[in-house]
Amino acid sequence: MIELAGIRKAFNQGRPNEFWALNGIDLKIAPQQVTVFFGPSGSGKTTLLTVVGCLARPTTGRVRLNGRDTSGLPERFLTGIRRRTFGFIFQQFNLVRGVTAIENVMLPAYPLGSDWKELKERAGSLLDSLKLSHRRTARVEWLSGGEQQRIAIARALINDPEVLIADEPTANLDTALSKEFLGILESLAGQGRSLLLTSHDPLVVESSVVRRVVTLRDGRIVGDR
Amino acid sequence: MRTWIEKQKYLIDFTLSSMARRKVKNFGILFLYTLLVFLLASVMLFAHALRREAAATLAGAPDVIVQRMVAGRHDLIPPDYIYKLGSLRGVRKTESRLWGYYYDPFVRANYTIMVPASAGGDEVATGRVAVGQAIARRLALTLNGEIFLAAYSGELRSFTVARLLPHESELFTADLVLMSEEDFRSFFDYPVGQYTDIALTVTNPQEVHNIAGKIASSLPDSRVILRDEILRTYEAIFNWREGVVLALLSGAVIAFGIFALEKASGLSADEKREIGILKAIGWETGDVIRMKFWEGALISLTAFFVGYTAAYLHVFRFAAALFEPVLKGWSTLYPDFELVPTLDGFELATLFFFTVFPYVLATIVPIWRAAVTDPDSVMRGAL
Repeated sequence: MIELAGIRKAFNQGRPNEFWALNGIDLKIAPQQVTVFFGPSGSGKTTLLTVVGCLARPTTGRVRLNGRDTSGLPERFLTGIRRRTFGFIFQQFNLVRGVTAIENVMLPAYPLGSDWKELKERAGSLLDSLKLSHRRTARVEWLSGGEQQRIAIARALINDPEVLIADEPTANLDTALSKEFLGILESLAGQGRSLLLTSHDPLVVESSVVRRVVTLRDGRIVGDR
Repeated sequence: MRTWIEKQKYLIDFTLSSMARRKVKNFGILFLYTLLVFLLASVMLFAHALRREAAATLAGAPDVIVQRMVAGRHDLIPPDYIYKLGSLRGVRKTESRLWGYYYDPFVRANYTIMVPASAGGDEVATGRVAVGQAIARRLALTLNGEIFLAAYSGELRSFTVARLLPHESELFTADLVLMSEEDFRSFFDYPVGQYTDIALTVTNPQEVHNIAGKIASSLPDSRVILRDEILRTYEAIFNWREGVVLALLSGAVIAFGIFALEKASGLSADEKREIGILKAIGWETGDVIRMKFWEGALISLTAFFVGYTAAYLHVFRFAAALFEPVLKGWSTLYPDFELVPTLDGFELATLFFFTVFPYVLATIVPIWRAAVTDPDSVMRGAL
């Protein structure tokens, strides 16, 4: 369970260009379901994801993860929670160029120092499940957009996180690839994972796999269904 | 512990793959770095080996040498000087010596010709000589071979090579020819009863300066040379020469410093983006810094070991061909000599400290600045 209480987030605070991206968010996100943050550009969707995913701290307000307050934790602890609890799929995929697909998948697990053989097997089976086993030794810059996204999904799953966070996952995909992504989403939801997405793509919002849509505008929640 | 080792292995593995992706930059730095260590280590190894060899050989030299001076020039010692010096209190032994120089125009090299000490076990029979390794090499001499030298009378003399002088003392014996007193006097037409100089052994080494004072007052036309002074002179010469070379190299050191600082510390946009990604996917600031530490350590340690090994081979296997004219060269005609390999732990540690540490630090400081950036900058597309 993720609970947000009175979340506000400012950028460039105290400067002339001060900007409040989130303006008082109160929200409870139930586990093991697909939740979408929906809204136009600049509505605060991505900022909300970074706060939930422990990538950033709120300026004011509290974030509770399974009852534990994470909003005031130092960076080191926050990183630990992020690594164990969340897997991220970025809009631009953010894969490390010049490195093979399987190495990209294994990267989040390196700081954990787990057994190399075991880690490689885990990464291999994730690539298999996403139908990418034939691309495991290819450099990521040689892959298509859809393949790159599946590598990013495998990377997000390598540490077996409870929550998967995806920022505008279909923004760089055509309809066919978007549908393929939604299929993967469905199977991940079927595994009992919580999924948090931002999107303004009707294909995603109207998908049957999505259980809840939270609409944002100007850093506030304006709809919840 | 096992997890920690595994983690370091992952970090090193990723560091190596990162370095391979930036081949030109990293190989450029590695090449220049290795070259710098090679140059500095060559100078240090060479000067140290020379000093050590000089000290080892001079350890067996006489305590005091007395020469006679006429008009500021070295002159022959008359027979009564030997008696006067021998009667000084504190002098245990006097030994009159015969030596001189000979220029061989065929190989364009100077030889030192000397009569060995009568009690030193180095005696050579009339008609025979013992020669230094460098002369033997230059003239391709072997045991029982013949060496031809032109006497002062103009007559060409032939001597049989009875012995080759040991390799260990080559710094001093490289150009040495030992012959009997009879041969020496006839070869140089040297006056009977007169000597080149006198070597003294003193009973108590603490008294050597007092004895030198007594000699100077009883024989005012003499020059007294102490063993310690010779050692100090050698030290000064080698230190000075090492200093000259290092001063010349300092320009290269500074140039490399600036280059390395810029290359190692300047992060490209690609590297910054990569750090942002690593942080966003769960790497701590410390992990990123450790990765960069390994990068700096791998480059600097490789450069240090390759550069030092190359310097060792350069000095002891290839006779320091690059620095020979400056560090050895008191005469362009001086015969070649090879140094006995030697390492000084303190100098090795000094070079290690002043080359490896600054580089590793130079790589870590900027990465620390980049690594503390918020991981959400990747999500917001700010990198």
